[in-house]
Amino acid sequence: MEATQATAVKYDMDVVRWFTIMAIVYAVVGTFIGVYVASELAWPFLNFDIPELTFGRLRPLHTNAVIFAFGGCVLMATGFYIVQRTGATKLWSNGMAWFTFWGWNLIIVCAVITLPLGLSQGKEYAELPWWVDIMIAVVWLAYGLNYIMTMAIRTTSHIYVSNWFTMGMIVMITYLHVVNSMAIPVDWATSYSIYSGVQDAMIQWWWGHNAVGFYLTGGFLGIMYYFIPKQAQRPVFSYRLSVLHFWTLTFGYVWLGAHHLQYTALPDWTGSLGAAISLAMIIPSWGGAMNGMMTLSGAWDKLRTDYILRFLVTAMAFYAMSTFDGPVMAIKSVNALSHYTDWTVGHVHAGALGWMAMISFGALYHMVKKLWNTEMYSDSLVNVHFWVALIGATTYVVAMWVSGIMQGLMWRDYDEFGTLTYTFVESVSAMHPYYVMRAVGGAIFNLGAWIMLYNVVMTVRQASATRGVGAVAAKA
Amino acid sequence: MSDHDRFYSTKLQDKIERNTLLMFVFTAIAVAIGGIVEIVPLFYLPNTAMSGGDGTYNGTAHKDLQGNTIPMDKIVWNPTTSKHKTLAEWQPGDGVRPYNALETTGRYVFIREGCFLCHSQMIRPFRDEKDRYGHYSIAEESMYDHTYQWGSKRTGPDIARVGGKYSDEWHRKHLKYPRDVVPESVMPNFFFLDNNPIDQDKTIKTLEVMTKMPFNPVPKTIYTDEYIAGAKAELEGKTEMDAVIAYLQSLGNHVKFEEGVNYRD
Repeated sequence: MEATQATAVKYDMDVVRWFTIMAIVYAVVGTFIGVYVASELAWPFLNFDIPELTFGRLRPLHTNAVIFAFGGCVLMATGFYIVQRTGATKLWSNGMAWFTFWGWNLIIVCAVITLPLGLSQGKEYAELPWWVDIMIAVVWLAYGLNYIMTMAIRTTSHIYVSNWFTMGMIVMITYLHVVNSMAIPVDWATSYSIYSGVQDAMIQWWWGHNAVGFYLTGGFLGIMYYFIPKQAQRPVFSYRLSVLHFWTLTFGYVWLGAHHLQYTALPDWTGSLGAAISLAMIIPSWGGAMNGMMTLSGAWDKLRTDYILRFLVTAMAFYAMSTFDGPVMAIKSVNALSHYTDWTVGHVHAGALGWMAMISFGALYHMVKKLWNTEMYSDSLVNVHFWVALIGATTYVVAMWVSGIMQGLMWRDYDEFGTLTYTFVESVSAMHPYYVMRAVGGAIFNLGAWIMLYNVVMTVRQASATRGVGAVAAKA
Repeated sequence: MSDHDRFYSTKLQDKIERNTLLMFVFTAIAVAIGGIVEIVPLFYLPNTAMSGGDGTYNGTAHKDLQGNTIPMDKIVWNPTTSKHKTLAEWQPGDGVRPYNALETTGRYVFIREGCFLCHSQMIRPFRDEKDRYGHYSIAEESMYDHTYQWGSKRTGPDIARVGGKYSDEWHRKHLKYPRDVVPESVMPNFFFLDNNPIDQDKTIKTLEVMTKMPFNPVPKTIYTDEYIAGAKAELEGKTEMDAVIAYLQSLGNHVKFEEGVNYRD
C-alpha cells in the first residue's frame, strides 16, 4: 500500500522538520527534569528551600515535559510525515499544521511557567490550569482535523495501518481530555473538577491509563508500523496480525483504567473487570510486538550495521516486556503488593524509556536523514547513544523493580509477635540506595539525549552548509 | 485481478480501510464502549457515594451486625437530622462533612504543592494497612473531594486518617523542616507556608463553587449564605501553614466505624 507515485508529490515537510528538532530538544529537557526530581528523592537538600523547585511542583513538569512536549512533538512530527507519505499527498492544510506547531509549543511554554508556580488541578497528567486545557483542546482538534482530512484526500487506495492507530489516538484523546478536564474555575489560576471521589477516581484513571494506551502506545505503534518496515526495508510481517492488533487494542485498552483502583472504595467489579481485560490484552500486545520484530525476519544481520534499527527493535523488546509486566501487575493479588510502590514507577519507565523513547529515537534519526537528505554527522555517535540509552533505561527499571517489591514486602511484614516489623520511615530509608541508582540510570539516559541533540544539530548544519537546504530548521 | 482490487482480509475490513469516514466512525465507537461500561454505572449504582438528591445515595444500604440497614445520615452528616446543626458544632463521628473555610484553604495548598504525588488517601482492606493506618476508606469519605485525592504512590505514608494522630505543634515542626522530626524523611521543607497569608477571597469563591457542582455539591444547608458570609472571620490572621494543619487534622475521623460491619460493596 506504499505510495507508488511518491516522487511526483511535493510534500509539506518544513513543519515536520521543526517538530523533529523540537522533539529532540524536549527529550533533553524532559529527561533532565526527571533526573532532577529523582535526585530530590535521593538527596532532599536539592529542593533548595525554593518553592518553585520542590518535588511536588517539578514532578508534574517532568511528566508533562516528557509526555506532551517530547511525546507530542514526536507524534506530530512522525504523524505529519507518515500521513503524507503513505497517502502520497500533501497535507490538507499546511497553515493548520503550522498553527498546531506554534500552538503546541505555546502550551508547553505555559506549562513551564504555570506548573512551578503551583497551578495544579490535582489530577495526575492533567495538572495544567483550565485555560491551558482549552488551548490543548483547540490545538489537538486542529491537529486531528488536519490529519484525518489528509487521510481523506490521499491518492492511494487503502489507508495504511499506521494511520489507523493515529486516528484511534486522535479520537480517544479527544474524548479523554474533554471528559476528564471538566471543571469549574474559581479564578484564572484555580479550578475544581466537577466530579468527586469514586466517579472522579474512575474518570481520572480512564484518562490516565488511556493516555498511556492511545497516546503513548497507539500513537507510537503507528510509528512502529511505518518506521520498522522502512528502516529494515522489509514489508510488515503480517498484515492480518496488524488488523487484529489494531481492533483488539482499540476496543480493549479502554477498559484497563480500572486496574489502578483495585481494593479502593470503588465497587469491586470495576477493578476485577479491569484486571480481566488487562490479562487479555497480553494477546494483542504481544501479537503487535511479534509483528514488529518478525518484520526483520531474513534481515536480522542488519542489526550489526544499522544502529537506527537497533533502537527500533530494542523498543519492541521493551514493548513486549512492559505489556507483560502490566497485566501481571493488574492481577489483584499482585496489585495488592505492587500498588503505591516504586514497581509502578519502574513499569511506567520500562514503557517510557525502553519502548516509547527508543522507538522515537529510531524514528527521529530515520527522519533526520530523509528530511535533510543526508547521512548522519556521526553514525558511531548513534551507536553510542543506543548503548547509553539502553544502559540508562535498564539501570533505572531494575532499581525501581527491586525497590518496589522491597517496599511492598516491608509494608506487609509481621514479626513473630504479630506486630508490623517495620515502621514506614524504615522503608523510606531502605529506598535510598535505589533512589540513587535510579537517578544515575536517568542521568545516563539523559546523557544519551544530549548526544543525540549534538549529532542532529551537526547533521543539519552539515546538510545546510553543503546544500543550503533546510536552512530555516537549522537555526533551531 | 489488480492488486488494488484484492481483499487482504475480510470484506468489511477492506471497506473500512478504503474509507476515511467509515474508519473514523468504527474507531470512535470501538474506543467509547469500555469507558461507558465502567464509568456511567458509578453515577447511578449504590455504594458509589453519589448523593442523587433523595438522601438514599442511590439505594446504598450498609447493614449493621444485626442485619439492619444503617441510616445514611449516620454515615454522611445531615444537619437537618443531626443534633449538631452547623459546621462549627459538628463532632467527629457525626458523619462525612465538607471542609470548613480554613480546611478548604489547606486543601488548596495541599493540591498546589503536589502533596498527593507522595501521600495517598485511600486505605485498602488489608491487615497491615489497618494496623498502620486504620479502618479501610469508604466511598462516602471522599464524596465532597472535588478532585479526589486518593493518590497513586506512597513515597510517604497514607494520610487518609492522619487527623488527630499528631498534635498541631508536631505538624507545624514537621511541615517546616521534616528532617528535624523524622531524620530519614525525603519530604521538602515547607517553612515558607508560615509566611504566606491566606487569600480570603479565593477561599470564599471556592466555597461558592463547591455548592454549584453538578455532582455531589455541598448542600446549601451546610454552606449556608450566613456561613459563607462569615467565613472571612474564620480565616482572619491565619497563614497557609495553619490552613494545611487544619486540613490534615480534619482527615479520616468523620465516620464512627463499627467493628465487623461491611461498609463496601
